[in-house]
Amino acid sequence: MSATLVTTECEGPVTRIGRAVVDASVAIGELTLFFFQMLGWMLTRLPRRPVLFLCMYQIGVQSLSVVMVTGGFIGMVMAVQSYDQFRFMHLETNLGAVINISLVKELGPVLAATMLAGRVGSSMAAELGTMKITEQIDALSVLGANPLHYLVVPRFLACVLLIPLLTVMADAAGVAGGWLISTQVCGIDSLHYWNHTEDYIGSFELFSGLVKSVFFGAAIAVVSCQRGFHCRAGAEGVGRAATEAFVYSFVAILTVDFFLGIISNGLYPLLVK
Amino acid sequence: MVAAESLIEFRHVSRRFGMQEVLRDVSFSIRRGESVAIIGESGCGKSVTLKLMIALLAPSRGEVLLDGRSHHERSEKELTRERLRFGYVFQQAALFDSMSVEDNVAFGLRQNTDLSESEIAGIVHDRLHEVGLPPSVCKKKPAELSGGMKKRVGLARALAISPEIMLYDEPTTGLDPIMTDVINELIVQARDRRPITSIVVTHDMVTVGRTVDRVIMLYPLPRLAPDEAQIIFDGTPSEIFSAEDQRVYQFVHGQAGERLRELALK
Repeated sequence: MSATLVTTECEGPVTRIGRAVVDASVAIGELTLFFFQMLGWMLTRLPRRPVLFLCMYQIGVQSLSVVMVTGGFIGMVMAVQSYDQFRFMHLETNLGAVINISLVKELGPVLAATMLAGRVGSSMAAELGTMKITEQIDALSVLGANPLHYLVVPRFLACVLLIPLLTVMADAAGVAGGWLISTQVCGIDSLHYWNHTEDYIGSFELFSGLVKSVFFGAAIAVVSCQRGFHCRAGAEGVGRAATEAFVYSFVAILTVDFFLGIISNGLYPLLVK
Repeated sequence: MVAAESLIEFRHVSRRFGMQEVLRDVSFSIRRGESVAIIGESGCGKSVTLKLMIALLAPSRGEVLLDGRSHHERSEKELTRERLRFGYVFQQAALFDSMSVEDNVAFGLRQNTDLSESEIAGIVHDRLHEVGLPPSVCKKKPAELSGGMKKRVGLARALAISPEIMLYDEPTTGLDPIMTDVINELIVQARDRRPITSIVVTHDMVTVGRTVDRVIMLYPLPRLAPDEAQIIFDGTPSEIFSAEDQRVYQFVHGQAGERLRELALK
């Protein structure tokens, strides 16, 4: 005990940085291992349909309203905040292009993923964490079900399959919200609004956002389930797992977004003439 | 010859969690058909011993053998199959919250057999009847059940897959004396009705007296000298009640002795 105290007291900044790097490396390693183990089980056999459909309902259907409401408001806020600046430059008819391309390429997928991480990721971590500390995960193993296959694979599939649909709904609500404020409140001509949008948004922009969302969904499912499986005992442990699930998922979403943005920019000249 | 008779064998098993060692160099074997209680104070490694038997945990050192073959020689798939030879009654029942009682009891059958739903329903009904629960509980969720009912559903779920070995983790903890007696009777009946090996982890001496024919007592490592064996008693229930070892005597008769002074209560 005293040795630990001495060690802690003598720790300099270099030691602390080193320790943080080692801890982060271990965490990333555990997450990667968890992902590949889950992938192994997913490729062995698909989960039972009732289990998968229940997860899809909880993750997809029950998230729809919150994703659409936030998407709609983001579109409206963008219109309100940008209108004055664009009018000052006499470019207000370009507002449609700016709002819609931002929504389709970036804000829609990130927003849908963030809402999913908050609503579903935390809940998955808390649920699996509670199952772990009440020995329900052990009970699954005892009854011949692999916990990764039974609990993680359906959640992963539900997130990956349904997040593009949620993104489409967030995009649509945002586009509608932006149009509503721009044309009905700010008085921009609807025809010009859509014409400019059409000039800037093609299938590449639309699909790059949707492809991104698949990676976001995978990151949310893996991070949240892994946090649940590594939950510590007690109410505090479950609370911490839920919080970590959201925070780590959000960091993962932004990290993945950054790298996919670079890749997408590299692919743009090759795929779009 | 001795090895062939052993169903479960611990060979110099140690298990630590981080810096904390819970089991140290523990060796014993359990024969097919035996009923064994593993007793000891809280934190002495009783539940860990059960989880090592069923390979929910792996030993830090040593090996656990089932039918003469070490767990660590088996693949994950083999371990999954071997686990189905066990029925496990968890300390807090560990029923699946999101499922009804019926689905909990049927879970192992749906997961591992090709039985039709009507056959599964028949087995579920029989097992619930065996533990004294009426068919009306079938549709209830675990949250709607009392502690004793949860334990009995846990027992029915474990028995549904027709195990060879039953593991009970503190089956009577938290129950009133009447329900304790009911659970003890069910453990005895489960053993008498089918050829199973029973291992009961408990610190309830009434359960020990009623349900087993052999007792192994573990002692917490922090209270042992480095060269002392962790198993401080291995014998019959009648022998343990007349044991001369002060540590065994105090546990069996519920006397704290010098502990009270250690805790400054005297």
